[in-house]
Amino acid sequence: MSSRWIWRLLAIPGLVWLAVFFVVAFYAIISVGFGNVTTLYEPVPHWNPLDWNVGYIWQAITNVLPGGDTWDTFLRTIIYVVVAVILSLAIGYPVAWYAARHAGRWRGLILVLLVLPFWISYLMRMFAWTNLLAEHGYATRLLHALSIDTLFQKIGLLDGTDWLGGQHIAVIMALVYGYVPYLILPLFAALDRIDQRHIEAARDLGASPAGAFWRVVVPLSKTGMLAGIVLIALPMFGDYYTPDLISGSPKTAILGNAINGYVQGGPDKSLGAALTLLMSAFLLVFMIYYLRVVRADQREMAQHA
Amino acid sequence: MSTTAPSVQAPAVPRTATWRERISNPWGRPRFLAITTWLYILWSLLPVLLAIRFAFNSGRSRTSLQGWSLRWFWEDPTLSVFNDPTLQQALKHSIELALIVMVVAMPLGTALALGMRRWIGPGSGVANIVLLLPLVTPELVFAVGMFLLFTTAFGFIGLGTTAQAIGQVTFTLSWVVLIIRGRLATIGKDVEEAAADLGAPPMHVVGRVLLPLLVPAMAASLLVAFALSIDDFVVSQYLASGADTTTVPMRIYSQARGGPTPALNALATIMLLVSLLALVLAYVVFRALTRGEQSDRGSAFKQLATDLG
Repeated sequence: MSSRWIWRLLAIPGLVWLAVFFVVAFYAIISVGFGNVTTLYEPVPHWNPLDWNVGYIWQAITNVLPGGDTWDTFLRTIIYVVVAVILSLAIGYPVAWYAARHAGRWRGLILVLLVLPFWISYLMRMFAWTNLLAEHGYATRLLHALSIDTLFQKIGLLDGTDWLGGQHIAVIMALVYGYVPYLILPLFAALDRIDQRHIEAARDLGASPAGAFWRVVVPLSKTGMLAGIVLIALPMFGDYYTPDLISGSPKTAILGNAINGYVQGGPDKSLGAALTLLMSAFLLVFMIYYLRVVRADQREMAQHA
Repeated sequence: MSTTAPSVQAPAVPRTATWRERISNPWGRPRFLAITTWLYILWSLLPVLLAIRFAFNSGRSRTSLQGWSLRWFWEDPTLSVFNDPTLQQALKHSIELALIVMVVAMPLGTALALGMRRWIGPGSGVANIVLLLPLVTPELVFAVGMFLLFTTAFGFIGLGTTAQAIGQVTFTLSWVVLIIRGRLATIGKDVEEAAADLGAPPMHVVGRVLLPLLVPAMAASLLVAFALSIDDFVVSQYLASGADTTTVPMRIYSQARGGPTPALNALATIMLLVSLLALVLAYVVFRALTRGEQSDRGSAFKQLATDLG
């Protein structure tokens, strides 16, 4: 009796599930994006590629090009994500480095505290900031007591006094706050794996501490760092709830808000689907990169096992 | 004074290091890093702790401390979580969804991980990519796809609890597979091969050899499925059909900017307690299950941590 069928049989339900609800669902976006609408603006998907209508895709493309409706939003999204990722690295790298290398007897506790945000709902963490950044909130008062609000007003980072009223800086900091835990963990794993002897060897061979760090530690942690960056950048592109909760103003709307507005709000579901497709195409590069890193990692783990 | 100083100093520290050496010496005690780390931890947790504290306010404010009370949990006759039907409904629906997702995703994912391991041949590469893609797809893309699917071709399912559960199971599945697969890699193929050599048919290899060894990983994946479902916002929102399919994160989203009372803080606090309780429960179960394998204390936690990826 062939033992093969039993393994196939085990895999089939899960694979069918993924095929139907993941692959076909993605195809539904394509079909609607290349589809048409009824007279009531309800989307009519065109499942057959031969019937595809490129009108909405074309509209979405011209919208994200300079001068189009979504161009500002697109540009803002890129700026927010880039700034938020850089700030996340600036915060996350020292923290991951300390936890992996120097925490000593505090290591266990620090790790638990670094993982704790994963167990707190993202929406609750954002909601917590709406309490603190409200007009008489503690964060508002603290920032005022430290004169940070007047400083930010002077250098143009804060417009008015309402932190929750469409401030770029508030939304970017909220993104950092929301996603930095997801960067720290892969960074920690990468830094934890570095053999201390490599650093010692570099120092013995005459490298300065900074030289050893830049030329040994950073290159050795590069894969983990890039994987972490992709891991936080991807959900930031699909985020719309953070700007909604922290600002709610069209001044801070990003691509996620645009898509959400089209698909859930108005009569332009087909345009929303087309915009989703454009964004997915743009993000595909990062997704493939991340999958390759993960697979290489799995292979390495399998070899060690 | 300068002559007595060296004798007072401990021999291990011949002189005080300059601040430059302190921050750059890889063997020294990096104070700058320690301060950064603790400040970060404070920044990451204090807002949530304050949000929890406001839930116990006796006044209506969510921005300053106003004494202690359980008013917003159940004492208030109309506005508390216990007495406001919309809040209670959200709590119930969140937990109900999480239980469904847990129960469906775990067996489905375990079977998939077991099956994929022995499936070498055409299609296995593609299957692997499809399996990993949900992990990196932005939730919004995924939610838009599901929403369009359930409102067009799969109109017979429609939006609502079923659609929400299907959506959450779909992205949870990949996590379950990763966890089970990690455990399978540590078990190795020797055990199954030994069982097969001794004449066990494949059914028994799975049922009597592999599954018992996988129980801790299955417990871990139940926990992860529960946590992912509880935390999910985008998929639940896109696939919701009305007030009775509102989850806790959706309630927070819709009320956070609309002058909520501390009852919303209380609701979030209860939700946090539920997920921490699940974590503790999973840890206890996990420790009991892995007791035979490792004897040293704390290893169960490490094993759980590795199983969780």
